[in-house]
Amino acid sequence: MDILIYLVPIALLLGFIWLVAFIWSLKSGQYSDLDGAAQRILIDDEDEIKK
Amino acid sequence: MEQQTVSNLAGPHSPINRGYETLTEDTSNGALTLSVLVSGAHCAACIQKIESSLKRHPEVTHARLNFSTGLLAMEWLGDKTTANDLVGDVERLGYGVRPYDLGKEKESMDSEERFLLLCLGVAGFSMGNIMLVSVGLWTTSAETMGMATRDFMHWVSALIAIPTIIYSGRPFFRSAAAALKAGRTNMDVPISVGLILTGSMSLFETINHGEHAYFDSAVMLIFFLLIGRYFDFRARKKAQSSAAALLSSLSGFATVLEDGKPRHVLVKDIVEGQELRIASGDKFPVDGEIIEGISDVDVSLVTGETIPVTVEAGSSVYAGTVNLSAPLLVRVTKKATNSLLADIARLLEKATQSQAHYVRLADRAAKFYTPVVHTLALITFLIWWGIVGAEWQQSLMIAITVLIITCPCALGLAVPVVQVLATNKLMKQGILVKSGDALERLAVIDRVLMDKTGTLTAGNPNLIIAQALDYLRTAASLAAYSNHPLSKSLTRAFHEPMLPVTNVKEYPGQGMEGTIEGKTVRLGSRKWCGDQNLDGSEHLELWLNISNETLVPFYFADQLRPDTAETIRKFHRNGLNPVLLSGDRDIIVKNIAQECAIESFHAEQTPAMKLAYLDDLKKNDHKVLMVGDGLNDAPTLAAAHISIAPGTAIDIAQNAADIVFMGEKFGAVYQTFDTARFTQKLVKQNFKLAVIYNVIAIPVAALGFLTPLLAAIAMSGSSLVVILNSFRIVRKS
Repeated sequence: MDILIYLVPIALLLGFIWLVAFIWSLKSGQYSDLDGAAQRILIDDEDEIKK
Repeated sequence: MEQQTVSNLAGPHSPINRGYETLTEDTSNGALTLSVLVSGAHCAACIQKIESSLKRHPEVTHARLNFSTGLLAMEWLGDKTTANDLVGDVERLGYGVRPYDLGKEKESMDSEERFLLLCLGVAGFSMGNIMLVSVGLWTTSAETMGMATRDFMHWVSALIAIPTIIYSGRPFFRSAAAALKAGRTNMDVPISVGLILTGSMSLFETINHGEHAYFDSAVMLIFFLLIGRYFDFRARKKAQSSAAALLSSLSGFATVLEDGKPRHVLVKDIVEGQELRIASGDKFPVDGEIIEGISDVDVSLVTGETIPVTVEAGSSVYAGTVNLSAPLLVRVTKKATNSLLADIARLLEKATQSQAHYVRLADRAAKFYTPVVHTLALITFLIWWGIVGAEWQQSLMIAITVLIITCPCALGLAVPVVQVLATNKLMKQGILVKSGDALERLAVIDRVLMDKTGTLTAGNPNLIIAQALDYLRTAASLAAYSNHPLSKSLTRAFHEPMLPVTNVKEYPGQGMEGTIEGKTVRLGSRKWCGDQNLDGSEHLELWLNISNETLVPFYFADQLRPDTAETIRKFHRNGLNPVLLSGDRDIIVKNIAQECAIESFHAEQTPAMKLAYLDDLKKNDHKVLMVGDGLNDAPTLAAAHISIAPGTAIDIAQNAADIVFMGEKFGAVYQTFDTARFTQKLVKQNFKLAVIYNVIAIPVAALGFLTPLLAAIAMSGSSLVVILNSFRIVRKS
């Protein structure tokens, strides 16, 4: 049972990393235009390559 | 006589708008930003076209179109007037651009949504991780795992759950506090009490090496409830964007003539007495009187009439109507805030506010639920302490478990889950439900009011009496050059090759003239084409005059949508007798009413009369469904208990309505009503399920048999039953 001392914190840490990633993506506006994101995948990014 | 060649009429867009420089804002890094509303962007190619055309300017540092909201954000270095070039570029691509007033309201909606998502994310994280230890706690007894291990697991749970309750519980705590402060109660009050009690009691047990820690139940409750809350919020957000859209239609630019020089000003800055130049294809921004020019004006926005009205010097024009055929010079008689459009906007606002008195079913349930549960808990405590003679700590503990087990999770989910599923189902069928409680309100209607043009009918006139093919060919060939609704429908009715036309001229308010096969041909009003009879036909008409020798009339009528009559019958079968309210002439309304078996109808109704008719019904406690599409219906749509508009309706009517249906079929109205009633039935079943669950769970808790495993099973079980029951709406055909 002593293994729990390590495993539980490790599991929590992994979950916490996900939570931080989620908060970051939310704050950087990735959920503000969901319809647009679905459309933008169809755009070729030639412009970006030229730059 | 003023006349104009067709080529000058081609572009419906006004010259490049000036004035956007006044709307730019400085950013902290020395650049300028401007946000405008772009209309007409429908696909990925549109996004790319708009953004890449802006990025072609070397000074532009950032250009991004938000596809969901239509907001285009631009950022550039240098001069303010660049704004006009950028906007001009987008307009040249063929998209409509309107200035956007940074509404405080909208911003607060966005931050509220982000806040809910954050709470939901944190709750989701906590729920996943707390289950990790909870499964161990449920399946293994304390003797097997040892006291120390159990305490360790409780502390891990506490570490996750307590911050989560404090962080993710805030939407409930805030709403509960606001309700209590106002002396009311809502569903969030028992939820908050339950959360706080569960948290503190579990912490107390953990400190005392006890067994009754319900951290997992508390976190599960928050997570499930936040999902419902988030969907609910999304639905409400869509509904509230309506006010902003109406404002922006009043916030464009107009061309003012000052000492003969044109200048672009914001519509809200126009004052009485100024002279405006209105190009063909432009909307009148304010009410005014024509000084110079003859043209046709599309008044469908105000009166609902499909056929343009001819105006000349001295005629009055109203904000929101559209100048169709020739440029006009107009003197402003009422500034934007006093215009007819603004009056209607105010009527709308007033009507929307009066609607806010409606109390949602879930809140009514809470009003009944809260005192009952708290009284039960109190009785439990008194019995254990006073009669059974238990220690007061133990009695309190059992009383609290009663409160926890009755935590209104199932009740909190009963309404939003069904509504979200029903809304999604309707959306797939092209019916958009804009407000969260729209279906709830639709289910209880006992009166139906309907508009005619564009609602019962398709809204565009069709050729009804056929003529010889040769005449039709000649007329259609000429009509193809005009944007007049009757010309368009004449062209639509003709499917064969057209004849070449030369020397096409348009005479505003009268008709078209051109040369076909060497003959001069006129297509237009009865008088202009040379028929001397009095104007008395009940139908809309166009006359064809060939070389002053042959005169042929074409008749048009607005026709019913294909399934209108059947839909009306379905309403009859449910004991609802629709009433027809129309701004059109008596004889036309009567014909339509007979055709689709509507017994009671009222013709020549103004917007105010429609509203008065509705108010009368409301005074007698009738719950009214209003179906309409025009500006003249907008106040009635907003004031009605519930309202539906077709997707072809003007923006304002669509915004005022709670539900919008796409496509030709009028049957969508009945279908929505049917779905709403089934939704309501499921909601009531869900409430009953929640009550049944409580009837079983409360005695278990009150007798002191509750364990953490039982609590978790009972609470998630009740939520799952409610959710599964709600899914029946998806399977209903």
